[in-house]
Amino acid sequence: MKIHDVGMAGTLESSDITIHIEDNEGKGIEIGLKSTVENQFGNQIRKVIYETLQELEVKDALVCATDKGALDCTIRSRVMTAVNRACQSNTYPWEAK
Amino acid sequence: MSRLRRTMLYVPGNNPGMIRDVHIYGADAIMLDLEDSVSLNEKDAARMLVYNSLKTFDYGKTEVVVRVNGLNTPFGRDDLEAIVRAKPDTIRLPKTETPEDVKEADELISQIEQKIGMKHGTVKMMAAIESALGVINAYQIGIASKRLTGIAIGAEDFVTDLKTTRSLDGIELLTARSQILFAARAAGIDALDTVFSDINDEAGFTNEVKLIKQLGFDGKSIINPRQIEIVHRIFTPTEAEVKKSTRIIEAIKEAESKGSGVISLNGKMIDKPIVERARRVLQLADAAKIFVK
Repeated sequence: MKIHDVGMAGTLESSDITIHIEDNEGKGIEIGLKSTVENQFGNQIRKVIYETLQELEVKDALVCATDKGALDCTIRSRVMTAVNRACQSNTYPWEAK
Repeated sequence: MSRLRRTMLYVPGNNPGMIRDVHIYGADAIMLDLEDSVSLNEKDAARMLVYNSLKTFDYGKTEVVVRVNGLNTPFGRDDLEAIVRAKPDTIRLPKTETPEDVKEADELISQIEQKIGMKHGTVKMMAAIESALGVINAYQIGIASKRLTGIAIGAEDFVTDLKTTRSLDGIELLTARSQILFAARAAGIDALDTVFSDINDEAGFTNEVKLIKQLGFDGKSIINPRQIEIVHRIFTPTEAEVKKSTRIIEAIKEAESKGSGVISLNGKMIDKPIVERARRVLQLADAAKIFVK
């Protein structure tokens, strides 16, 4: 999936994560993360974001994430919503790769 | 015996922390809401979050209900496509006015079940009635689908439709509550009462729960975990009721073992409605963790 616009999803409430995504023309996936649990779960959060983008076949994306202790299913949901908004598409998990 | 639905705790569908924790308070059912508690520009996010959450969390024996948006909105069909796949126990339809509303949702759910290889009828439905037209059609709504396990009154929209407001004694809801209750009983499904919005008015809430229990409702939608204990306490049978019901069930078993057609207890005839009431009392006692012999 090709990112056309900027897409945002999520809130700054506890247990949530905000995802800001935009095109990263030809430079692959880059993830910037701020998290209240960076030391403990930073790598896991990046992994979930990365894997979700792969499922959606997003190849180039610049992601800024601000995490407030979100679980994997929340991270996945917010990434998918942000991508859908950025692509003006309506792709659901069961349709992803 | 049917599921207990004394309490159904609402949680906004776009709040991940609440969705994660909602079952720990002990409500009989939880209701993840995609409708009124989610703003129009967050419908997509809430739908995705509820889908992924239901695919992840195990809520144990708690009944999982999802309130979708109406099929007359731009969101209702997408809600069904996502939520049926996440396999909640029940989908709750808002603002049901005619049996056709229920039949349309039933048909769509059936199509999705078939598409994904899910057994027909896996996902149940509940219908919320929130208008004068809905109340008038309550029985036809109640029998419109075999998936329906209950009908509920939604009071806020209903009183607006009636051009009145809610009062503490609930006089404005009496006819609607009664009619929905009659319709539910005639259809053989549950009758569920509306929310009480002022969470700080414990006395008002208590009175309302006593009223709807006496009318015959199976339970009540609630908006705060603090309301659970009050409802469960009021729905808990007294010790005398439990003892009497236990004796009735013992008498039934004894009579059955003797092949006796007529059952009596302390010289009084015990018939089917008395046995049904006794079973219901023991189910409520069991749910309240009262020792049942």
